[in-house]
Formats: sequence, C-alpha cells, structure tokens
Amino acid sequence: MTQHSESTETQAEKKPGIIRVEGMHKWYGDFHVLKDLNLAVDQGERIVICGPSGSGKSTFIRCINRLEEHQQGKIIVDDVELTDDVRHIDRVRREVGMVFQHFNLFPHLTVLENCCLSPIWVRKLPRREAEAAAMEYLERVKIPDQATKFPGQLSGGQQQRVAIARALCMKPKIMLFDEPTSALDPEMIKEVLDVMIELAGSGMTMICVTHEMGFAKTVADRVIFMDAGEIVEEAPPKEFFSNPREPRTQKFLQQILQH
Amino acid sequence: MTESTIKPPKKNLGPVKWMRTHLFSSWYNTLLTLVVGYLLVTSVGPLVNWVFLDATFEGSGPGDCVGEGACWLFVNQRLNFFIYGFYPDELQWRVDIMFALLALAFVPQFIEGFPGRKWLGIFGMTGLPIIGYVLIPGGILGLEEVESSKWGGLMLTLILAYIGILASLPIGVLLAIGRRSDMPVIRGLCVVFIEVWRAVPLITVLFMASVMLPLFLPEGVNFEKLVRALIGITLWQSAYMAEVIRGGLQAIPRGQYEAAGALGLGYWRKMGLVILPQALKLVIPGIVNTFIALFKDTTLVLIIGLFDILGAVQSTIADPAWQNVAIEGYVFVAFCFWVFCFGISRYSQNLERKLDTGHKT
Repeated sequence: MTQHSESTETQAEKKPGIIRVEGMHKWYGDFHVLKDLNLAVDQGERIVICGPSGSGKSTFIRCINRLEEHQQGKIIVDDVELTDDVRHIDRVRREVGMVFQHFNLFPHLTVLENCCLSPIWVRKLPRREAEAAAMEYLERVKIPDQATKFPGQLSGGQQQRVAIARALCMKPKIMLFDEPTSALDPEMIKEVLDVMIELAGSGMTMICVTHEMGFAKTVADRVIFMDAGEIVEEAPPKEFFSNPREPRTQKFLQQILQH
Repeated sequence: MTESTIKPPKKNLGPVKWMRTHLFSSWYNTLLTLVVGYLLVTSVGPLVNWVFLDATFEGSGPGDCVGEGACWLFVNQRLNFFIYGFYPDELQWRVDIMFALLALAFVPQFIEGFPGRKWLGIFGMTGLPIIGYVLIPGGILGLEEVESSKWGGLMLTLILAYIGILASLPIGVLLAIGRRSDMPVIRGLCVVFIEVWRAVPLITVLFMASVMLPLFLPEGVNFEKLVRALIGITLWQSAYMAEVIRGGLQAIPRGQYEAAGALGLGYWRKMGLVILPQALKLVIPGIVNTFIALFKDTTLVLIIGLFDILGAVQSTIADPAWQNVAIEGYVFVAFCFWVFCFGISRYSQNLERKLDTGHKT
C-alpha cells in the first residue's frame, strides 16, 4: 500500500521530461533507420506513435529501454542517460515496463511465476509479497483465475493481459507498448485495449506504438506520426485526426481511416 | 457423459478382428506373419532353454557346468569380481552403501508421487558424489585406504559414467553459452576447445591422459591413472554436450531474451531463469543420447588398463579353469549395460512428460 501512495505522490509532481530524446540517430549497418529524433515526455503523459510499417516506430521505442542501441544523440530516461554502461541500462529497464507484439511470456513458467520472476530476482521482494502484488495486478487485468495456468493454455488476449500485468509487477514509472494488439484476433483486441485504457486513466506514463486509432483518440495526449525514420508530425489527437498539417500524414490517415 | 455425446466408432473388436487387420490383411502380410511366426517358434524355444531351462545356476566349480544350457554358475561365482574388481572383500560394504544410496536417489524418480523425490534427486547430484569421494577411496576419517588401481567391475563403470555425466553437463552449458557470447575472446576460446576435443576419438584422449600427460607434468606432480582418465572423459564429453545444448539455445526465440532483458534481468539471471530452463528442456533427448553413449564408451578404459565391468569379465573368460563361458560373460555384460541405459532412457521420457507445459512459442 505504501508503494501505491508513493507512486501517486510522484505522479502528482508530474515530473517534466521523464523521457528525453535529443538528436537521436540509429543505423542498421549503412541503413539509416532513425533520423534526428527529438522527443520529451512528461510524467503521466500518454503518447501514441503511429506510421506505416517500416517507418522505425518500433525501433524507436525499443531504443528507449535499450533493446536497440542508438549510435548518435542522447536518450535520458528518468535522469539516467542510456550508454554502453550496463548499470545504466539495468537501472532504466527496472523503471520501464514493456509489452510486446508477440507477448513473449515465459512458456515454462505459470502465469503467476511469470509475474513474480523479476520482482523476486531484481527487486528482491520476498516471494509471498511478490505473489500478493502479482495477484493484485492479475485482478486488475481481470484474469486472477488463470494464475496457475501456463501461458500456452491461454488465448492471445489473455496472454497479452498477463504480459501487461507482468510488466506492471515491477511497478514501472513508464510503460512501452510495441503494437500490443497487432497479433490478436479481432474479438480479443478490445479486452486488451480496455486494460490499456484503464491503465492510462491511472496516470501511468505510456508510449504506445499502435494502429488502433480509436485508442489514440480516446487516451493519447499527443499523437506522433513517423515515416521513413523521421518524426513527421506531432499533435494532440483532436488536431491530428481532424486537421493534419503534413501531406504524408494526410495520406496515411486517408488510407487507414477509409474503411 | 451426456446422451448426446457421440462415441467414436468402435472398430477392431475382438482378437480375431485384430489379427485379421494386423496380421493377415493381405496375402503378402499373411506370408510375412507365417515366416516370422516360424522363426519365433524355432528360436525362442531354444533360447529359453539355453537361458533358463537347461542352464546351470548353482554348483561348486567349473565341473558342474555339464548341461546343454548356459553356465550362469560362472557369472554367479565370479560376480564379486565383476561388481567390485579387486576391492578388498572386507571393505566392500563401503561400495554397497554407495550402491544403496544411488538406488535411493534415483529409483524414486520412477515412482510418481514418491515423497521428497525431488530432494532425493538433488542429493544424488550433490551429496552422493561427495560421500562417494570420501567412502570409496578411504584414507580419511579412519577409513582404510583402497588404491584406485584395485577398483574395478561395475563399480568402476558407474564411477566413470556418473562423474563423467555429472561434470560434463555444467561444463557443456558454460561452453555453449560461451560460444554464443558477444565477447570475441570468450567465444574464440570456447570454439577452439569444442572443435579440438570433439574432433579427437575418445581412445586417443584416454591414451593421451594415461601415457602422454605424465610426460608434460612437472616432476613429482602426478595424478592417478583413474583421475587422468576421468578428466579426459569429462572434457571430451563436455565438448559434445556443449553442441547439444547450443542447439537448444538456438531454438529459443529472440523475444524471450528481449522480454527477460526488458524486465531488468541481468545476463546471468536471464540465462539461468529464462533461457536455459527452456533450452535444456528442448534438448533432453539429445542430452540423454550423449549420456547413454558415454555410459557405453566408458568400456574403452580397458585399453589403458582399467578393469571396468567388460574388462573384468573379459579377463575372467581367459581363465583356463573356465572354458566356453565367453557367451555367458558377454551376455551378462550386455544385460548390465542394457539395464542402466534403459533406465536412463525411461527417466528422460518421464522428465520430458513432467516438464511439458503444453505450448510451443
């Protein structure tokens, strides 16, 4: 309980610039994937990144917890700059939760064990405390009854909700979502989005790569449009959807909102 | 079961129907059935006669083996030598304790729901070798010393195989991880180690260990022959093990590494808690295959003058007091190996079933 009140306190401060990306470039070999990206995210802000496939949006958020390396520029997360220093990377990863397109649950562990693994080994919580906390989060994503099952026994939507709970168990300050609904059947997308909307309402700092424009309209503070490794446009959702400035954005919106 | 449940159609009812579909479904299968049946009838009968009915089990010496059947009396009388080698009679209780502990640790693994079987298994892999290290050679704690040159028979076979298996698995894991490391020096060392040891026949390794190694060691430093053989077997085996485990590591999707990393798990925790448990589970059949091969390969120590069970039997067959007992001797050895290898195989299947969490990512 104490942790809860602490986290609401820090959120109340609305720390500015909890993520700062300055002049960041990334190359795969000779291929320039990310070009001069600049972004500042305040605590509690909810950002949605969209764009055509291959535009570098996934690569971008994977740089924020150093699953991908950037070669130029700065990324500072919660006052820690991401460099080659493993200690910095570990500190950032402890505060940044991530949800993947393909869930990436650990298939050899039960749902509960998936959720407790990192709190026990990284946060050094006693097992019972970690399990109690994990059950709380599983209730929050509405699948406490599946706690003893293995991931292989769950549907895609359930697995993704477990993955969200697993990330939340580390009590992260920031959550990254990398196309969390892209691998799901249509009828399961809603159950995952509902959890994400609830989470957004609780004041979590979120960066979300998604094609769900409805979600972007409902929860985003800002929508970022990327194309060919660049941030093309950045605007509040209302403005972004009703009055896009850039021709590339207009074309993209036309294509995805047509049907 | 509700009334509306439709049961699958029942075919093949009764033995006649079964025989018709499985044995006599066409003229070709009928012919095969008859030929195989004839061979079985003509071979099984004499075999049973030789092994059991006409065999001599008891008696006082070679002269009692007069029947047509097998002379198990030979195995019976020399059993002590086959099991303990030259280990002194009055100290054999120490070996017996080890046999009993080995059985205590591993027989429960086959019995579903045996209390504490997990702990017994862990004891078998940790406590048991330590107790064995004290008990079998002796020389400490007031135990009379028994030189390793007196060890032999089944006991020696088990020691070689057990230590070889136990030590090569962790070394193999480290080599496999090292070979996939991002650090060029570590990767290079592991590649060289694996490729060198794997490319050498075990016989050569044993020769090197027993003949060449002492030449390279400084004056006065000397391990016993058995220890040298064990080191050779372990290093050779770990190179094989490393490649089996590397196969498992390669089968783990990148997403697992990423998810573990994103949760803040460092390299060793990521490996130990997420990657290796899955990788090792995937390659259980390969690991067991390697274990069984090693178990049988331990017979090669014969050529450097260690008397494992095969060596013990072979030297006894040469004894002029016993004549024409070679078949009985080899059948006995084959039977012993089969029992242990089959046991290992069954255990691994057991383990695979238990660890199956019903999903493949």
